[in-house]
Amino acid sequence: MRGLDDALEDAVQVHDGGLWGDAWRRLRRNKAAVASMLVLATLTIMVIIGPWLSPYKPAQLDWTYMWSPPSLIDGHLFGTDSLGRDLLVRTLHGGRVSLLVGVVSTIVSLVIGVGYGALAGYVGGRVDAIMMRVVDIFYAMPFLFFVILLMVFFGRHPVLIFVAIGAINWLDMARIVRGQTLSLKHAAYVDAARLAGSSGARIIRRHIVPNLLGVIAVYVTLTVPQVILVESFLSFLGLGVEPPATSWGTLVNEGAREMETAPWLLIFPATFLAVTLFCCNFIGDGLRDALDPKDR
Amino acid sequence: MLGYALSRATAAIPTLFLLVTLAFFLIRLAPGGPFDNERQLSPAIEANLQQRYHLDEPLLQQYGRYLWGIARGDFGPSFQYPDLTVTQLIAAGFPVSFTLGGCAMTLALIVGVLLGAIAAINQNGIVDYGVMTVAMLGISMPSFVLAPLLILWLAVYLGWLPAGGLESWRHFVLPVITLAAAQIAFIARLTRGSLIEVLSAQFIRTARAKGLPMHVIFLRHAAPAALAPVVSYLGPATAGIITGSVVIETIFGIPGLGRHFVNGALNRDYTLVLGVVLFYGLLVIVLNLVVDLLYAWLDPRVKY
Amino acid sequence: MRRFAIALATVATLFLNGCDPEWQTVNQPEITVAGETVLRKGNGAEPQTLDPHRAQGVPEANILRDLYEGLISENPDGTLAPGAATRWEISADGRIYTFYLRKYARWSNGAPLTAEDFVYSLRRGVDPATGSSYAAILSPILHAAAIIEGEVKPESLGVQAIDSHELKITLKSPTRYFLGLLTHTTTYPVYRPSVERFGAAFTQPGNNVSNGAYTLDEWVVASHVTLRRNPRYWDDASTRIDIVKFYGIDDQEAELRRYRAGELDLTSTVPLGQLEWVREHLRDEYRAAPYLGTYYYGLNLTRSPFKNNRALRKALSLAIDRGILVEKVTRGGELAAYGWVPPGIANYSGQALAYAEWSRSRQIKLARRLYRMAGYSRARPLRLEIRYNTSDAHETIAVVIASQWREVLGVHTTLVNEEWKVFLQNVQRRRVTQVYRAAWIGDYNDAYTFAELLHSRFGLNGTGYANPRYDRLLSQAAGEGDQQQRRTLLQQAERVLLADHALIPLYFYVNKRLLKPYIKGYRDNVMDHHYTKNLRIEVPTRTGARRD
Repeated sequence: MRGLDDALEDAVQVHDGGLWGDAWRRLRRNKAAVASMLVLATLTIMVIIGPWLSPYKPAQLDWTYMWSPPSLIDGHLFGTDSLGRDLLVRTLHGGRVSLLVGVVSTIVSLVIGVGYGALAGYVGGRVDAIMMRVVDIFYAMPFLFFVILLMVFFGRHPVLIFVAIGAINWLDMARIVRGQTLSLKHAAYVDAARLAGSSGARIIRRHIVPNLLGVIAVYVTLTVPQVILVESFLSFLGLGVEPPATSWGTLVNEGAREMETAPWLLIFPATFLAVTLFCCNFIGDGLRDALDPKDR
Repeated sequence: MLGYALSRATAAIPTLFLLVTLAFFLIRLAPGGPFDNERQLSPAIEANLQQRYHLDEPLLQQYGRYLWGIARGDFGPSFQYPDLTVTQLIAAGFPVSFTLGGCAMTLALIVGVLLGAIAAINQNGIVDYGVMTVAMLGISMPSFVLAPLLILWLAVYLGWLPAGGLESWRHFVLPVITLAAAQIAFIARLTRGSLIEVLSAQFIRTARAKGLPMHVIFLRHAAPAALAPVVSYLGPATAGIITGSVVIETIFGIPGLGRHFVNGALNRDYTLVLGVVLFYGLLVIVLNLVVDLLYAWLDPRVKY
Repeated sequence: MRRFAIALATVATLFLNGCDPEWQTVNQPEITVAGETVLRKGNGAEPQTLDPHRAQGVPEANILRDLYEGLISENPDGTLAPGAATRWEISADGRIYTFYLRKYARWSNGAPLTAEDFVYSLRRGVDPATGSSYAAILSPILHAAAIIEGEVKPESLGVQAIDSHELKITLKSPTRYFLGLLTHTTTYPVYRPSVERFGAAFTQPGNNVSNGAYTLDEWVVASHVTLRRNPRYWDDASTRIDIVKFYGIDDQEAELRRYRAGELDLTSTVPLGQLEWVREHLRDEYRAAPYLGTYYYGLNLTRSPFKNNRALRKALSLAIDRGILVEKVTRGGELAAYGWVPPGIANYSGQALAYAEWSRSRQIKLARRLYRMAGYSRARPLRLEIRYNTSDAHETIAVVIASQWREVLGVHTTLVNEEWKVFLQNVQRRRVTQVYRAAWIGDYNDAYTFAELLHSRFGLNGTGYANPRYDRLLSQAAGEGDQQQRRTLLQQAERVLLADHALIPLYFYVNKRLLKPYIKGYRDNVMDHHYTKNLRIEVPTRTGARRD
């Protein structure tokens, strides 16, 4: 996406220090971003330790409490679903999966994208041209089709879902990183390093990649929400995580179908999902504003 | 520019070729075939069908046969819908998806740019946060939540709009809104970001120093430059909308192309899947070209 | 904060609206500007083909039933009625059927409908070149089986046109349910000139010629199929509804919403999560009727742990609380199944396992004992996989059964969800399956359609059940002319099957749907065959007079 390219490119600064201090100070002043970070941190803690604190298990069926609305009396704070499973513990459990998908898939796409882009940019020339043509070809492919095929081949293991989603998303990162690598390649200190005898891999690792961290940080916070939404979309198609595991996407899907008769099944997971997406987006915007010296 | 367009067109051919090849072999790898059904066919019948569709030939031969068919414009019969050809299915689904996608992008463009501009002008103020929050609603609610919500509210309870199908202009309203919702957020954010950047740029300051009135600066100088990244986002986004609207098509019962991706892959309808993949690739390439040309027109710094 | 407010407001609106039943559904049929009545049916899925000899699914059959007419038709309650044939004679030995066709019957383009059309069509049905997956249904006809195997040519099929309105069909052996078979879509006639001229495209509007109460007007793939009244149909005078539209909506909640918005007159089903709501708010429009189908768990008998391990199979069957399944999970009035053949089949009474009547505690006790006998215990639990294809309903049932097995016996169950094609392949190959979810819907109203699934040579026998005694009983029953004797044989076969615990029956199907109050003439029947020509729309007008 070219617009995103440009915006992110501006976030990169070619100097080797002092960047982070400035950025951090600017970020701290962005109230929305700070609030978002706190909320996200709280959420993460909740989903990690919450299920241990709950008297219910996510796969625990209870025929006496089918579809019961939220109540403080019977202990089902978020209510129950069609099989009497407690929604609160399921939402927290689902949060683990969704956040995990977000983080792991993003890391996968990061590793592939940064590696690919840095390599292409650094080597340059014909290899670069070919590698970018490959990227163009991948752009012309319907991602959905390939994810479905992957699911069909290998089943619905959570790990596969992480990898599949990550493997689809690396294209933008590769393009950006390649662009940055190209311009950084000829920066003074890189020439100095090369003169001093550093190998190519070392140069990539110690000089180019750290300068891309700004871009990467922004990218991560903006990709995580996308990835989580993709997972929920896969749930809609019936290709999400398998029971007894659950995710926000699966829960929201189930809730959407019963939104008239049991609205709590939708409201709670959807709120968690929406809050997480919002926070990630605000943090991402904040990071980008913080790393961009042209702002104001 | 014409030369540029032509060179892009010729470069597209190897891309499409590789795309088809990859898709062809990939879907053949999937376990299960188009004739696996709950009612198993007798061996003689199955052999007959395999022969009729050339599935008993070696894979490379089938591949060659398929390529030769495409060259003549024949995408083959559909396996899922044996009464119809792939060309018929795509020709029936594309206008629907295109109209839907086009309307959705137009709506998203208008609303998104508007919201983004308002936010940019009031940067970091309460209006900025408020407007961006509203815009974000679109991407924080997945379409399979928004769609049933809108249908229940506007179609079932209030009866203002139809709940599904595609028989009149009124049937377009809800699907278009649902499709546009997610895009509005992206476009608003893009517009806001690029407008902020443009408004503080050198040539704007020069224009202000020259004493030009604000609205002239805005419309004639800032807007085109700010819109450039939005325009370049449009290309892949529109292609994505047209083919990725599976959710909308399922919930509203709309005969578009999106479902063919999913159902085709799930039912191992080899020819349909290849046809749709090829079509999608072609669409992306064409849209990217159009968008690049638009970009060049908007941003005088870019020259082809 | 803002999002919360919006969400809250939405919920509030939903609740408030939910309180007023007037807001729930719209009850206005569609009448075109020309005054034609339109019936809008939710059809459950997009039809894949409209070729009667290649159609496989229920959605296709529903449309074909209105488009074509076979030799035999059905009354609204499911009993047989004359169709293209006004009367028929059966020879004394039960092998020769002579059908006398309607003298003035015509195709929709005016061409006369003759016995030759049926000869051509039946041959086409068994011809391997057609690729019909239901060709086996015609196997009672002489030489049909050999033709299907490709051993002889279709011309040797035991059907003959004595003259233009007399058709003779010779069977391999007396088949009691043959007349019922003739209502199946694979026996429908097709118009030869169309097939020869257009090939596979003969089913398209404009090319299609049919002999039923309706003709094909429009087919918008993935949207709807429109049929229009056929003025050349012999009984057109009794047809009340002018236009039928079949909407292939596979999202059940979407179908319900469109029904409530007044865009559909009939649905194909009711979504599970909305059952209670529908029964409360749409009580008069909700119809539930037993359906000829059994939902069961198949067991792969060719591999461990089920090979030669009847005790274990029985233990697992006993451990399931089917009462909970039908009361709490499916909740549509389904019957717990302790037998294989569902109730409602003509001339048959379904058999049931002995422990069907036992108390739950007694079932659990025996289950545990048998489980230990099979060599398992809580310390050394059985590890099992339940395979099912992607569907929420299947998933839910699997979750419930897995938890019951764990609770009662301590079995460790893994749920394996597979995509449909992969699932089918695995079931057919019997290499990786252990327990798999399955269902069997009867193709015709006779117990044999259920019995034959477990025949050792039946292609779809995913269990691998091969009991020579069972096979023998089935062949005897197939050739048996005496109804009573045949019934006894089939019931005996069912008992053998159940005692062997080749599979675990769970429940018998119930068809649930919604019908607008202005639809009349609809009768529940166990095969769920409904002909639009028997339905009519009656809306009381303001003056109190009825309107068709």
